[in-house]
Amino acid sequence: MPEEALSPIPALLAGADVLVCCGSGGVGKTTTAAALGLEAARHGRRAVVVTIDPAKRLADALGVPGGLGNDPVRIPTGAVDGAGELWALMLDTATTFDGLVTANAADEAQAERILANRFYRNVAGSLSGTQEYMAAERLHALHSDPRFDLVIVDTPPTRNALDFLDAPGTLARFIDHPLFRLMMMPTRRGLKVLNIATQPVLKTIGKVVGGDVVADAVAFFQAFAGMETGFRHRADEVITLLHGPRTRYLLVASPRADTVGEARFFAGRLQEKELAVAAVVVNRCTPDFGAPPARRPRGTAAAALHDNLAELHATAEVERAHVGTLLGDTAIADGTPTVFVPTLPSDVHTLDGLAAIRGFLHDGPSR
Amino acid sequence: MLVVELDGKPTLDELLPGVEVRHISASAALAEYLDTHGLSRVAKRLASSGIIDVVATASPGIDDIVVLGKIKQLERSGDWDLVVVDGPAAGHAITFLLAAKGLLATVRGGPIATQATDVAEMLADAARCQVVLVTLPEATPVNEAVETAYALEERVGVHLAPVVVNAVDDGPLLPVEAAKAGSPQQAAAEFRNARRRLHADECARLGTELALPQIHLPMMPGAVLDAAGVDGLAAAWAGGSDA
Repeated sequence: MPEEALSPIPALLAGADVLVCCGSGGVGKTTTAAALGLEAARHGRRAVVVTIDPAKRLADALGVPGGLGNDPVRIPTGAVDGAGELWALMLDTATTFDGLVTANAADEAQAERILANRFYRNVAGSLSGTQEYMAAERLHALHSDPRFDLVIVDTPPTRNALDFLDAPGTLARFIDHPLFRLMMMPTRRGLKVLNIATQPVLKTIGKVVGGDVVADAVAFFQAFAGMETGFRHRADEVITLLHGPRTRYLLVASPRADTVGEARFFAGRLQEKELAVAAVVVNRCTPDFGAPPARRPRGTAAAALHDNLAELHATAEVERAHVGTLLGDTAIADGTPTVFVPTLPSDVHTLDGLAAIRGFLHDGPSR
Repeated sequence: MLVVELDGKPTLDELLPGVEVRHISASAALAEYLDTHGLSRVAKRLASSGIIDVVATASPGIDDIVVLGKIKQLERSGDWDLVVVDGPAAGHAITFLLAAKGLLATVRGGPIATQATDVAEMLADAARCQVVLVTLPEATPVNEAVETAYALEERVGVHLAPVVVNAVDDGPLLPVEAAKAGSPQQAAAEFRNARRRLHADECARLGTELALPQIHLPMMPGAVLDAAGVDGLAAAWAGGSDA
């Protein structure tokens, strides 16, 4: 293994405290995140890989038999481990929200009132936006955790994966929202839940979703009163971290027309947020064993071998064109470091396979 | 037939020039739902002030239900013989399809409960609705497909159609021994054979772990997925059902 790495990845890792991997499904994003963690550990970092996707891909990639939970587990990296460490966890939105409520509550009684509320129990795990906000929140908590000095985030394979960048702001706006204020009113004016639930807007909402749901919601917001400041302050901190100089965004793609299109979409989303793509990892590149000789041999066996070489070469050429389109996108700065990881002869679903991918991330080939 | 897309991706419109493609988003479906239930004034007020999230919040899964409800409405309209929905990825698909059951457990009565009942009926009726799992012939996707299949059958109670295995490199093994030692032909053939063995092994394992028929779609060398490529895959589909 060369001392001077040709790959830009070691430098990228050295300059980052938070690394967010984004890209569409089926491009090996989770594997890349795990392999980056392995590479970071080899360079002495104490890395934690966080997956937001409820699928068990990360546990599979790391060979964790029982799956991952909300608490970080140390991954036994064996021979590839340098002085560093590799940890992993799968975000549990509800548990993270509970922790946040407990930390911000004025006293135990307030925390208990909220945690026991039916509306809260429903919302904590499933509210659209909660998951994104808790992802951002967890990122911040792990960043502050003295056990780790690098947080690697594996985002879900959906188009709204980057919503967590907006989530802290959404929460702040939500708290300032007239409806929220309306629901908070009782604590200020001493009205009862029932009176509030008869307000015209809430009454109409109640017609659609059921009156008891609205009553539960009002009770929740009343219990929540007083915690807004803590939540908003925390949201501001999270926003600062997401835009911080040592938070980097890495785009994972594969060299196909459809996935390149999705990668460009993500690059555009980052650009809208004034965030730069720090590096591109192109996975699953068809290995190119060179152009075949001009003359196709006559024998059946030799012709089959020739055709296979030609097919792989042609595929690799087409893939290079697709990657060219991606790297030529205006949302990706000229000269953005890019690493190409070939399709391997065998499958990557063990630590050994991951170590092979790590090797490619370390050594290039790159641009 | 009609194709429904849920993630806001334009890809399908480009790939299916002759087919009607509709994009359904939760917020638009919810606004439309409120509108058709005589709550248009509220809908406007909610949408414009962003409170739509609060309604979505009030009953978990309501956003999934209105999307599923919209799909049910399209299915019931009789305008199409077949409605194909490009559903969410494995981890989210179960939550999405469980929304009807989950909602029925928490909300009693009201239009949303009716909606959830209708959706649950559609999902449970194999003549109206089936789920096609799509996977790749590799270890992790196969594991995921098997897990998802069991969760869908046991928890959602939806009928499973044959599994589609995408991008299968199913050609015959190449005669590596005929290649000159150390030649690029040899290296290329060894790589290709390893991939083909892996694909065959994973398809076989999928068959052992999941008692469903498989449909294999061939890997398209050249990696161009465009409208013509989709036609090619459709032809392979028509020709190549594999047990």
